[in-house]
Amino acid sequence: MQPQFVTRYAAALSPEFRTGEKVRVRKTAPLGHIRTPFYIRGHVGEIERLCGAFPNPEELAQMRDGLPAVPLYRVRFRQKDVWPDYRGPDADVVEIEIFQHWLEKA
Amino acid sequence: MIGKMHHDMGGQPAGKVQITEHDYAEWERRIDAMVQLLRLAGLFTVDELRKNIEQLPPDAYDRLTYYEKWISSLTQTMIQRGLITTAELGRKMQEVEKRCSRSS
Repeated sequence: MQPQFVTRYAAALSPEFRTGEKVRVRKTAPLGHIRTPFYIRGHVGEIERLCGAFPNPEELAQMRDGLPAVPLYRVRFRQKDVWPDYRGPDADVVEIEIFQHWLEKA
Repeated sequence: MIGKMHHDMGGQPAGKVQITEHDYAEWERRIDAMVQLLRLAGLFTVDELRKNIEQLPPDAYDRLTYYEKWISSLTQTMIQRGLITTAELGRKMQEVEKRCSRSS
């Protein structure tokens, strides 16, 4: 799928993951400003789309330029996989935008 | 290891979400404007704003209102960037305190 947002960063053209691919969110808790919610770390989801590439917010937060830009994906998780006591329909999902360096092939 | 940071509350038990509208105080509008202006001038990023909100001690994080968190974070960032010094800020705060106690 083509990126939905046009970004001026070339990294958007060479993403590591494709739509539909299974990925696991890295389970780690380093210090710093992190945009990957704690509750989703360690879980397996599926790439829903590539959103483009953006300067790394973890670096921007420390007053650096955040370059090279990092591909950002929307990743889809099944609610019942994320919450053991989830009582909604099996088809319910949660979608989270996650930077590439937080993902690994599952 | 610190593990989960206090601000990272997704999935934690919580009360009902308040969905009522509310108006903003004049000082809150000013803080918002200040943040936008500094950002447009390239002196500030939203990521620094977030970082310094996330660094608040848990009791302050729970107690401060939305724009109180912003002003606290904005101030911290300006000090980190060397745009103001702690000494300047301290002097100004004393000045304002005096002004307020005279007018009340």
